[in-house]
Amino acid sequence: MQPATQAATQAATASVEQRVDAIQAVLHERGMRPGEFIDEVVHLVEEQWVPENGARIVARAWTDPAFRQRLLANGRDAAAEMGFAMPRHHRHLVALENTATLHNVICCTLCSCTAFTILGLPPDWYKDLEYRARVVRESRTVLAEMGLHLPPDMQIRVWDTTADTRYIVLPLQPPETIGWPEDKLAAIVTRDALFGVARL
Amino acid sequence: MDGIHDLGGRQGFGRVRHSPTALAFHEPWEVRANALYALAVKLGIFNMDEYRHAIERMEPRHYLSASYYERSLTSLATLLVEKGLVTREDLERRAGGVFPLSLPSAAGRTNAAGRERFRAGDRVRVTTDHVPGHVRMPAYIRGKIGVVVSESPVYPFPDAHAHGVEAADEPTYDVRFSSTDLWPGAADAAFVHVGVFQSYLERAG
Repeated sequence: MQPATQAATQAATASVEQRVDAIQAVLHERGMRPGEFIDEVVHLVEEQWVPENGARIVARAWTDPAFRQRLLANGRDAAAEMGFAMPRHHRHLVALENTATLHNVICCTLCSCTAFTILGLPPDWYKDLEYRARVVRESRTVLAEMGLHLPPDMQIRVWDTTADTRYIVLPLQPPETIGWPEDKLAAIVTRDALFGVARL
Repeated sequence: MDGIHDLGGRQGFGRVRHSPTALAFHEPWEVRANALYALAVKLGIFNMDEYRHAIERMEPRHYLSASYYERSLTSLATLLVEKGLVTREDLERRAGGVFPLSLPSAAGRTNAAGRERFRAGDRVRVTTDHVPGHVRMPAYIRGKIGVVVSESPVYPFPDAHAHGVEAADEPTYDVRFSSTDLWPGAADAAFVHVGVFQSYLERAG
């Protein structure tokens, strides 16, 4: 290819907005009502698929030992019990229990798989090439760079979401919050803690 | 395929650009791209494995330079063209410019013959298969030995499901690897847990 031709080709690439418009128009003409579905997804993303769901699950597990056992045995059913649905293809939700000497962190090296109805759609950093490439191999270093400095004797478990099983980290309850009501506890559980890039 | 998407353990990447308040979407077109691919999945035009594989088939320079939602968009457009819902020419006419698509797919495969059922505590070895199509075995575990922690419910086998090949659903095993076995002398000490499909595993002695 001549340099001039190559430059012309690159210059002619449609913008991402134009490309989305083109696809939306095709689906619209086929009667698939994409506009309505987009509105529905915006609502779901903003109102329903939020990390506060995961936070409420954690707060319940901290305050209700029987629920905690059900969560550890079958996370999907335990989430459903609280009214949090998961997509059909997420057949399994595994709660990863942090302890004083064990830290869990989740990732997806191949793409961006997440329990998004429970943790919210994944943030930029989770989907970026840097996190995907490095966290499985340099977990302690990456976590420290992200502000989580783990003591040398803390064991780390990294969970790579390569199949359709999904994960949620169950953080260790801060001792000063023992006895707090569930709502107040849910408010201290951050998204970063649910992914395992922070501790509380 | 040993594609550019298979990033686990690749070196040379810099710091993670982390913020506790990082957003999932920045531009309105991103949520539209996300919703449109989800709609296509919901309507049964393609499945999640086909969607993932069409991202993996992006030309590597395009994959690395595209934003996350441009990758979604490219997969969606590629599959709509491959499924015959629209032609590339029509898409480019509507978009008013070049519409980069993913490269063609290679053959898929069905489940491995003689799959074994494993129990927690079993030592397993990941097969050394090299497959041209979709596969959910990250290259960093190929041929490595780990310990089974638990078994999941059965899932569609991705290597088949992404290619319209008949296959039985099969379980995945939560297999625990030691980072120092995966990258001897060149990793932070940790256990790395991977959800490994039964077809990718054999019993280790």
